[in-house]
Amino acid sequence: MGIRFVLLVNKQGQTRLAQYYEHLSLDERRALEGEIVRKCLARTDQQCSFVEHRNYKVVYRRYASLFFLVGVDNDENELAILEFIHLLVETMDRHFGNVCELDIMFHLEKVHFMLEEMVMNGCIVETSKQNILAPIQLMEKTS
Amino acid sequence: MASAPSAPSTAPSLVDTLFQRSLDDLVKSLRADPSAAGESLAVGRALSEIHREIRAPDAATKAVALQKFTYLSSLHFVPVASHPLAFPAIELLASPHLPHKRLAYLAASLSLHPASLSLLPLATHQIHKDLSPSTSAAASHHVCALALQLLASPAAAAAPDLAVHLAHDLVPHLSRGSPRAIAAAARIIAASPSTGVPVLFKPLAACLASSDQRASTAAASAFCELSAPPADVAPFLPLAPDLYNLLTTSRSNWALIKVLKIFARLAPLESRLAARIVDPVCQLLTRSSAMSLTFECVRTALTALPAHNAAVSLAIGKVKEFLAASDDPNLRYLGLLALGMLGPAYASTVNESRDVITLSLGDADSNIRREALHLMMGMVDDNNVMDIAGMLVSHAARSDPEFANDILGAVLTACGRNVYELVSDFDWYVSLLADMARSLHCAQGDEIGRQLVDVGLRVHDARPELVRSARSLLIDPALLGNNLLCPVLSAAAWVSGEYIECSKDPVELVEALSQPRTSLLPMPVRAVYIQAVLKVIIFCCNLYVESSNDSNKGSDLVFDELAVDQTVSRGSKSEIQPAEEQIVMPGTAKNDPFSNKSIVYIINLIETTVGPLVESKEVEVLERARNLMGFVHLLREIWELKERKVSDHNKHNRVMELIKTMQTVFSRELSPVSVNAQKKISLPEDLVLQENLSELADILSEDDTILSTSISFLSRSSHSVETRDEPAVVSVDSSSLFEHRKRHGIYYLPTGKAEDDTNNYPCANDPLLSGENGSAMEDKSGTVQPASAGKKLKAMRSRPKVVKLDGEDFLSSMMTSANVLKENPLSGAVRGMLMGRDAKPLCSPKAADKSLEDMGNKMDMGESSSQSVQNIYADTGSLSTSSSRTSKQHDLTKEKSTIPPDNDRKEARKHRTSSRSGHRQGKHKHRERPSTQPDVAPQAPVVQDFLL
Repeated sequence: MGIRFVLLVNKQGQTRLAQYYEHLSLDERRALEGEIVRKCLARTDQQCSFVEHRNYKVVYRRYASLFFLVGVDNDENELAILEFIHLLVETMDRHFGNVCELDIMFHLEKVHFMLEEMVMNGCIVETSKQNILAPIQLMEKTS
Repeated sequence: MASAPSAPSTAPSLVDTLFQRSLDDLVKSLRADPSAAGESLAVGRALSEIHREIRAPDAATKAVALQKFTYLSSLHFVPVASHPLAFPAIELLASPHLPHKRLAYLAASLSLHPASLSLLPLATHQIHKDLSPSTSAAASHHVCALALQLLASPAAAAAPDLAVHLAHDLVPHLSRGSPRAIAAAARIIAASPSTGVPVLFKPLAACLASSDQRASTAAASAFCELSAPPADVAPFLPLAPDLYNLLTTSRSNWALIKVLKIFARLAPLESRLAARIVDPVCQLLTRSSAMSLTFECVRTALTALPAHNAAVSLAIGKVKEFLAASDDPNLRYLGLLALGMLGPAYASTVNESRDVITLSLGDADSNIRREALHLMMGMVDDNNVMDIAGMLVSHAARSDPEFANDILGAVLTACGRNVYELVSDFDWYVSLLADMARSLHCAQGDEIGRQLVDVGLRVHDARPELVRSARSLLIDPALLGNNLLCPVLSAAAWVSGEYIECSKDPVELVEALSQPRTSLLPMPVRAVYIQAVLKVIIFCCNLYVESSNDSNKGSDLVFDELAVDQTVSRGSKSEIQPAEEQIVMPGTAKNDPFSNKSIVYIINLIETTVGPLVESKEVEVLERARNLMGFVHLLREIWELKERKVSDHNKHNRVMELIKTMQTVFSRELSPVSVNAQKKISLPEDLVLQENLSELADILSEDDTILSTSISFLSRSSHSVETRDEPAVVSVDSSSLFEHRKRHGIYYLPTGKAEDDTNNYPCANDPLLSGENGSAMEDKSGTVQPASAGKKLKAMRSRPKVVKLDGEDFLSSMMTSANVLKENPLSGAVRGMLMGRDAKPLCSPKAADKSLEDMGNKMDMGESSSQSVQNIYADTGSLSTSSSRTSKQHDLTKEKSTIPPDNDRKEARKHRTSSRSGHRQGKHKHRERPSTQPDVAPQAPVVQDFLL
């Protein structure tokens, strides 16, 4: 499994989105997020975007006040994950128009839908923004 | 954030029941009250709402409730597990309304959980229906996608039944090339291979060859995941042609990365495969502009194609580009990571990049620094160890505390590996160790101290430098306040005391060891300091006595002055001329450390600084301080004899005896002992240790019986018995020992010398044993020579001999064996006494006791104990010819230091005092004994001479 989890965390360390591709209990999730967020938020721009944590490698990137953290297997390609993060941000940007933290808070399920379109079972299955957003647009039309 | 109580304390208001709050309202209410307590309050309220609303017959209300619940659970406000709300999610799966359906699927994939799996069978039919192609129109595609999504979620993976029932439904989607179906199929195959593989593997493999790029990419990802390390890669070998095709034709970087990963796993299985993929990999390396793909090619080339020089050199070129990316820490990090993948065949390439790596040690990013350090340590060999280690240690001074300690730890590990196999210049290494100890933030004191002692034990030639470095550490008062350095100072003190003959200036050493700031040291370290002082003064006295003998002067010179203040210098010079530049002692000018003046000075210094410690509350310090003070008193005592008009000749002899004996105690060389030594001795099968305990209980005093319930106390108990002169009780013990003796005769003393049965049991570290075993020891020890002699300056000096034993576990064994051996001279002295006369049988077991205890201590500096004074008597007695007066005198001395003098009853009291002190020791030592006792018997020191 390439991607193990995707986390969106704000500067204060509050989790704004958490999607796991393997089963972890609530306590495990909280502990894991606490440790990783503490590690990543302490790092500066001059430092690289890869942090090893337990058996994961965390690839993270900061966009404004939001940190995008992706936990991957140790042999996953780090740079490809960075590209994936960027694709996710671009997709959200296209849908929400200049996406910000509040968009994600109030439309969490839509971000989940996007992630579902992009990643299945830890593998990236869709990289076209058009295709990713099509089901969401369809749903908005029907509702 | 804690999960809220599910039942609300107050009834919902009318407004609440009439108007349902939307998800937006919920988010706003959560935001309005960001404090943790308020949040949990808001969550509690929201949950109670959800509980009410989700049972509503109206699908819209239910959906909103489910939406709110999904929000809360996905952000961990409420536990996902076994929540009753999982059921409505299943209900809503069947909704014809797409947004509701979508919501339900999302809720199911996020919140279903092994604990709520009982609900999943309810969903099976609905998923089956949604997967079937009969659903009409455009929406059908999305519905299928939703169902597939759920199948690929962690929830479904935990429910093998679901996979079994739905595997066949996946096949049409797979043949259509749906990426989702491919991902779901991979999940099912991984979760339940027995049902998944027969149905799904072939259609999945067919997707690799699909013309649809999305399908082939998804298939490559799926196979990459399925062949990940814990799984066996071999079954995927037949896919190689399809994968190769993908490698050469695909334009999707993601697919190429995955294919390269699979090939990297397959290449070791099939030798021809590597040759086939070299060309495409090289092409991708030169052609691709995507860094992710380039790095994957580099990784593949370095790990899977090490035999193909073209690919590797191309990859190394890319790695150097990565390393040169000054503005991108990610690339620099990956570049270092890639260098670390290079095998030993390309060590020179890593060396070429040494400058970059050195630079990276100072990088702002700790990950980069750590990787650079890792590479540095990989580069170390016996030619460059001095350069690299020196550079690293100086770098540590400039780094932040955490990384500085990483560096020091890495250097210590690398240099100490396999008995210092990389180190050929030990003078350099010893001074490096001292530098490391002085380095700011140094927290590696334990390891540095261990290595200082270890080098001292193993490398004879390094001892002068070792003592010099130890001196520089000891005389620095600033180091005494640093708690992290205590182990280092402790080792330095021990080294200075043990190898005092290498010291240039013992007087200065005593000053350093007794400087006022030593009061800052923890008690165990102070004990080591005191013991070192004892060794130093004995050494000085001995040299003085020898030199005065040589120059035909009376040894009484110094002792004449012990009580009077030094006013006249008689100028007795020893033949050894140490460097005296630094010494300016109070009241005198430059002086010879072995002159009477210096010795008087030392003794006075000891009395002022160590004197107060005889009242110490810490037993180790107290005992050692008393030993030292006892010795000093003894010297003074002898002087007082002169006042009583005892003949000069006798006095002279006594001084000689005393000092020679004490010198003997410390003169024995310590050597490392193999941890495997004990294994070579099998335990006697008929050795019964526990049997006699009940009998012993009658004899022992109250505090002893408390302890005698465990097997480990038997030896101590029997010792106590011996101290009471009731040797018969230990007959069982000695008979089994007799058996043991028959079997392992060479480890025992010759029987003829022993007086009675109890004394047949040899001391743990018998000196005679050492005589017999010394040669065996030599056989086992070998000399470690560097693999290749360096061409530089250091090559001019041959590498000193390093004592190395077979199969030694160096890290764990050194300290204990050192301490055990240290006991030999003591028990040897005791042994000598036992052979000479039958009095005082108590010393032998006590010495054994002591050695056992010392093995348990991490940094124990040797004999150190209260019986040391007694052993002085014992030894002196056994060696002296005119014993009666001597022993009388000794007893007097001893009683002065411990109990009020009473010459008439001193014989009786002596026994009582000794046995009492034996008990006291036993009490605080009994814990160490069980584990350490078996190690004692076979260990043997190397040096055979009894005297210097």
